[in-house]
Amino acid sequence: MLLEVKDLHAGIDGKEILKGLNLEVNAGEVHAIMGPNGSGKSTLSKVLAGHPSYEVLSGTVTYEGKDLLELEPDERARAGVFMAFQYPVEVPGVSNSQFLRLAYNQKMQHMGGEELDPLEFNDYLKEKAKIVDMDPAFFKRSVNEGFSGGEKKRNEILQMAVLQPRLAILDETDSGLDIDALRIVAEGVNKLRSPENAIILVTHYQRLLNYITPDFVHVLAGGKIVKEGGKELALELEEKGYDWVKGAANAS
Amino acid sequence: MTTTALKVETVFADAFRELLARESDPTLKIARERAFDAFVDLGFPHPKLEDWKYTDVRPISSREWRVESGERDTVDAHLLNQFNVERNGFTALNQAFGEYHVVRIPKDTSLAEPIRIGFGGQDGVAIFPHVIVVAEAGSKATIVETYVSQAAGFTNAAVQVFVEDNANVTHYRVQKDAAEHFNYGVTEVSLGRGSRYDATSINIGAGLSRHDIELKFTAEGGEALVDGLYMLNGSQHHDTHSIIDHTVPNCTSHQSYKGVLNDKSRGVFNGKVFVRENAHGTDAQQSNKNLLLSNDARVDTKPQLEIFNDDVKCAHGATVGQLEEEELFYLLTRGLPENLARNLLTYGFAEEIINKIVIEEIKAELDSAVLNRLEFEMEESR
Repeated sequence: MLLEVKDLHAGIDGKEILKGLNLEVNAGEVHAIMGPNGSGKSTLSKVLAGHPSYEVLSGTVTYEGKDLLELEPDERARAGVFMAFQYPVEVPGVSNSQFLRLAYNQKMQHMGGEELDPLEFNDYLKEKAKIVDMDPAFFKRSVNEGFSGGEKKRNEILQMAVLQPRLAILDETDSGLDIDALRIVAEGVNKLRSPENAIILVTHYQRLLNYITPDFVHVLAGGKIVKEGGKELALELEEKGYDWVKGAANAS
Repeated sequence: MTTTALKVETVFADAFRELLARESDPTLKIARERAFDAFVDLGFPHPKLEDWKYTDVRPISSREWRVESGERDTVDAHLLNQFNVERNGFTALNQAFGEYHVVRIPKDTSLAEPIRIGFGGQDGVAIFPHVIVVAEAGSKATIVETYVSQAAGFTNAAVQVFVEDNANVTHYRVQKDAAEHFNYGVTEVSLGRGSRYDATSINIGAGLSRHDIELKFTAEGGEALVDGLYMLNGSQHHDTHSIIDHTVPNCTSHQSYKGVLNDKSRGVFNGKVFVRENAHGTDAQQSNKNLLLSNDARVDTKPQLEIFNDDVKCAHGATVGQLEEEELFYLLTRGLPENLARNLLTYGFAEEIINKIVIEEIKAELDSAVLNRLEFEMEESR
């Protein structure tokens, strides 16, 4: 098993948000985690990525057989965990290519792979940029600075393509995207899908799942998974709305 | 006045008598004499003066400097007279000992190559370069001014820039003196009708340095960018004081200064922008952002806008802080170890100013200077 989350309780500022979450993810699988606002979707993403403001109260997270919670955020990343941000951060003054090459070479160092010099990396980056149909002009621009919402999200997927994570968590990657940008981003993710890696799609809406077909759908409400199923569950949710599952959360 | 200061002024008096005896140009002779009198009146600046509250120049005033003043150009009296000799004791000394260089860019001429001026002093020696640049109407030029002393000397420099009507001047000033050097510099700029002045001032050197800027719009439609970076470590002290004066309508000034302070370094930024009664249609923006990398570093920043007209667009602000936690987390999640992530963010903060420099060789040199400061390596795939 790639990732195993067991009875996870976590929160922020002393407030418990995840209240006993369980999740199992195997290599090659795509999981969608859906839920209404405030259900704990973002908290789950941030806890997995290791955001310092979030506190794990109890439970375990095992990644590739190791305790993920023991690792610092950068160690998790080098071990193959990636999170695409809902709101990617702007890094003024640092070009996309500088940033990505540093990140790539750090990972290579960790894995004992071959580091790339600027020219070699540029070629590598050009190849990867095709996955999200990104103009190489973006390589020289400061990371995310002045990018539109869609460009930022594409840049996140480009980073995923460059870093080739084993576990990618896409946090509300569809939010703020128009239909064309959504399609490009989704196609990019589909191209990166492989039997070796796993993807967790965290999303409020079903529409992303029209483009990326999940193997499993989990519905999160009140800090717990309250319903699980295959891709058809997303459609059922779309039809019935989140009130349908909120009832289940309260009942349990 | 302390006895040490008196003694130093006596040293300067001896050197001055010698210089004056050699001065053959009557205009300069008069100007020098007046300036030296002013120096005797003013003395060295001291922290009781509001403008020198945070910068103590005793390391300069308490030393006996050997004066060096070499070949000079002759200068028109009307250009000399526009220099504010009595700004402070340093400017008075500069005018008195000034090694004058006059650079004239002829009317409607666009210079392909930058004009390079550079100064460096020897151990125990004080130098007084004074450069006057006249960019005549419709001309276009880039000035690269560098300070590269390798020793414990004292540079006291003045640069006057006259940007005449519709002229366009780009001005890079790079101060990277050795850490034991002292640097005082003043830049005075006057902008004519429809002219443009784009300045970037980088201060990474010298143990104790101060840069005074005074920029005046003399006719409508002038545009000025006045940007800078000070990057300090150890016990370095840098002070930038600037005055941007909108005396006429419809001019634009944008000022962005950044500071990166490590160890026990100390920075001072004081920026005054005046928008006079008559100066309607002014667009004046000013910002000063500082990054403190250590608990012992300190910066005193004071952006000041004084507006005497309602029909203007003005904004100003200053920040002092550490690296943004969200930015740091973002880089960590991409696998950069924390120290590398911090360095990269600091580099980016400084690069925002350095990226303005379009001369590749100077930019590359500053890039590597910044990287050296941060003790990390990064090659760019440009």
